[in-house]
Amino acid sequence: MFNLHYQLERKTIGLVLGIIGVAAIGGAVEIIPLFTIQQTVEDAPGMRVYTPLEIAGRNIYIREGCYACHSQMIRTLRDEVERYGPYSLAVESKYDHPMLWGSKRTGPDIARMGNKYSDEWHVRHLNNPRDVVPESVMPHYSWLGRTELRYDDLGSHLAALRKVGVPYTDDMIANAKSDAYGQATPDTPFAEGVTKRYGAATNVRAFDGKPGQLTEMDALVAYLQILGKLTDAAHKHAAGG
Amino acid sequence: MVAQLTKNERQIALIILLAMSVCGLAMGVVGHGDPLGIHGAIVLLAGIAGMFGVISGYYAPEPGEDRLDRYFDDPSRMGIILAMAWVVAGLFVGDWIAWQLVNPNLTFDAAWSSFGRLRPVHTSGVIFGFGGNALIATSLYVVQRTSRARLPDQLTPWFVLLGYNLFCVIAATGYLMGVTQSKEYAEPEWYADIWLDIVWVTYLILYLRTLARRKEPHIYVSNWYYLAFIVVVAILHIVNSLAIPVSIGHAKSYSAFSGVQDAMTQWWYGHNAVAFFLTAGFLGMMYYYLPVRAGRPIFSYRLSIISFWGITFMYMWAGSHHLHYTALPHWVQTLGMTFSVMLLVPSWASAGNALLTLNGAWHKVRDDATLRFMMVAAVFYGIVTFEGSFMAIRSVNSLSHYTDWTVGHVHVGALGWVAMITFGAIYASVPWLWKRERMYSGRLVEVHFWLALAGTVIYVFAMWNSGIIQGLMWRTFNESGTLAYSFVDTLVAMHPYYIARAIGGLLFLLGALVACYNIWMTIRTADQPADERVADRPVVPALTGVSAPQPAE
Repeated sequence: MFNLHYQLERKTIGLVLGIIGVAAIGGAVEIIPLFTIQQTVEDAPGMRVYTPLEIAGRNIYIREGCYACHSQMIRTLRDEVERYGPYSLAVESKYDHPMLWGSKRTGPDIARMGNKYSDEWHVRHLNNPRDVVPESVMPHYSWLGRTELRYDDLGSHLAALRKVGVPYTDDMIANAKSDAYGQATPDTPFAEGVTKRYGAATNVRAFDGKPGQLTEMDALVAYLQILGKLTDAAHKHAAGG
Repeated sequence: MVAQLTKNERQIALIILLAMSVCGLAMGVVGHGDPLGIHGAIVLLAGIAGMFGVISGYYAPEPGEDRLDRYFDDPSRMGIILAMAWVVAGLFVGDWIAWQLVNPNLTFDAAWSSFGRLRPVHTSGVIFGFGGNALIATSLYVVQRTSRARLPDQLTPWFVLLGYNLFCVIAATGYLMGVTQSKEYAEPEWYADIWLDIVWVTYLILYLRTLARRKEPHIYVSNWYYLAFIVVVAILHIVNSLAIPVSIGHAKSYSAFSGVQDAMTQWWYGHNAVAFFLTAGFLGMMYYYLPVRAGRPIFSYRLSIISFWGITFMYMWAGSHHLHYTALPHWVQTLGMTFSVMLLVPSWASAGNALLTLNGAWHKVRDDATLRFMMVAAVFYGIVTFEGSFMAIRSVNSLSHYTDWTVGHVHVGALGWVAMITFGAIYASVPWLWKRERMYSGRLVEVHFWLALAGTVIYVFAMWNSGIIQGLMWRTFNESGTLAYSFVDTLVAMHPYYIARAIGGLLFLLGALVACYNIWMTIRTADQPADERVADRPVVPALTGVSAPQPAE
C-alpha cells in the first residue's frame, strides 16, 4: 500500500483524481437517496404554499440573520416537544428554499410560533424586545415599522420559486403584488383574492396595526404568524394519525 | 507590484481589469435600486483603481530574466498583510457582537449593526478573510519551496489573491446590507459565488502548473493537503450554492434545494468547510512550517499518508451529525455519527505526528514562542477533534446541540488550532519573506502567545460552562413532570459566561494587534542583517550545481 502511494505521490493529476474520487463517496451516499427514497418526506395533502407577503417576510427574516439565534426544528426529544410542541416533520419545510432549521438557540425555537402570540405582541416585541421580555438580549427592529415594503417585484420571486419546485400557479404569480397588498389590507377586493388563492384560513389582517400602509413589519409578522401552520401534519402525526 | 509583471502580463492585467469594470458597470445598471447595484459600484471602482495602478507602472522597466532564479513571493507578502488586516477586523466584530449578547443596546439605531447582520461579517472575516488569505499566502510560498520551482508566471497569483479579496469585500459589505443566502459559512449571493468559482479554479490551475514544473520527483505532503483543500472546497461550494436568482437585476436568489435535502446539503458543505478549509489547508501549513521551524524531519511518512486519506474520505460522511434528532432520516444520522467517531483515528494521527516531530526539539519549544504557537496548535487540534467526535455521538449531541457548547467547540478549533498555527507560520515566514534575520521583537511574540492562549482558554471554558448548563436546564423536569425552567430562566443563567467570553475574545484581539505592530516594525526596520538564505532558490538549469538541500527535507 505504501509502495503504491510512493508512486501516486509522483503524479499530480493522479493525486487530484484520487482526492476527488475518495471525497465524492460520502456525499453521494448520504445526499442522493434523500431525493429518491419516498419515505424521506411525508405526505401532507392540503399543505399550502407561502403567500407573497409571507415570502417577503421570510426574506426579511433571512436578511436580518434571525436564523443565527432561532431554530425552526423541534427535535424528537421529550423536553423539546413539551416546550415547543409536536416535533418537526420533513414535509413542513418542503417549500423552504433554503431551509431555516438553524443551528443555535440564543433565543427559543420558533417552528410553531404561528398564532401563539397576538400581532400586537409581535409588533411590540420587534420594536423593543425588552418591553415584553425584560431579560431578552434580542436586538430591536423598530425600523421595520417605518420602512415601506418593496412588493412590486414579488411576482418574479414567486416565479423563481416555481423554477426550484414550489407549485405556484400562473394566477398566483400574476397577482403576487395585489395579494401582498391585500393580505395586510382587509375588507378590500384585494383581500378577497388572497383567500381565494391561498385558502379561507389565510391570515388577512393589518399585521402592524396600521391599515393602508404596507411595511416590512407587516411582512415579517405575517411570516411569523404562519410558522408551523402551513400543514397540520405534525399534529396529526403526534395524535397517531 | 506592477514592476514585477512583464509587458505582456501588464497588457493582460489591463484587459482583465477593463472587463471587470464593464461587469461592475453592468451590475450597477441592471441592479439599480438593489444591493446588487452597490456591489456593481464597488466592482467598478476596484476595476478602475486597478487600471490606474497598472497604467502608472506601465512604462516601468520590465523585470529581467534573472527573476527566474528566485522564487516569486510578492503575493505571499501581500497575502500575509491582508490576512492580518482581516483578522483584526473579524475579531473586532466578533468581540463587539459578544458584548451585544451581554448588553443588547450596544448597537446603533440602524439595521447594519444588529447581531444577525454582523455575525456573518465576523465568521467570514476570520474564516475567509484571515484564514483564506493566510492559506493562499503560505500555499504559494510552500509549493515553490517544496517543488523547487518558481510560480509559472507573475500575473496569475496576483489575480487569485486580489480576486479572492474582492470576493471577501463583496461578501462582508453584502451582509451589512442584508445580502445573504442564509447558508452558514456560504452566505454570499449568486454573483459573488460565480466570481469566487472563477478565482478558485484559477487558483487550482496555478497550483497544478507549479507542481508540473517541480524539480522534485515527489509531491511533498503539505501539497497533498493544500490540493485537497482547493479541490474539495470547489466541489462543496459549487453544489451547495446552486440557486436561481430572482432576476439578473436582483441580488436575491432561491436555493435549488429545500427542506431536508437542503439541510443535508448545507451541512455536508458546512462540516466539510471545517474539514477542507479549516483542517486540510492548515494541516498543509503545519506539515511545512512546524518541521522547518523545529529543524526536525516529519516523524512518520506513513502516518501522514494514513491521516491524509482518512481525513479526505471520512470527513465527507460526517456532516449529518449536525442534524441529530431532526427530520433527517435516522439512517443518515447514524452514518454521520459513525464516521465522525472513526475520524478520531486520522485526526490524532496528524496531531501525534506533529507532536512526535518535536522530539529532540522540545528545548526550542520552550525558548521559541513561534514554535510554541505551532506546538499548542497541534495540541488544540488533538483536543478539538476528540471533542468533535464526542459531540457527534447522538446522545451527547442531544445535550450539546443548539447550545453554546457548539460555539465553544468551534472556537477551540478556530482560536486554538487555526489561528495559532497561522500565527506560528506568519511569525516564521515574515523574516524569510522580507529577508530579515528575525522578528522585530521576540518579546512581543511571547506577549502575543500568552494573550492568545489566555483568551482561548477563557473563551472556551466560558462556552463549555454556559452550553452544558443551558442544555441541562432545558431538559430538567420537576417532580410533577413538567419543565423546571422557562427559556428566559436559561438565558439569565448565561449572563456571567457571556461576559467572560467577551473578555476572552478581547484578549485574543489584543494579541492580534500586538502581532500587527510587530510585523509592521519588522518590515520597516531594515537595519538588521539581511538573511541571505542563498539556498532559498528554485532549481534552474544554470544553477543546478549549487542548489543546497531544503530545511524541510
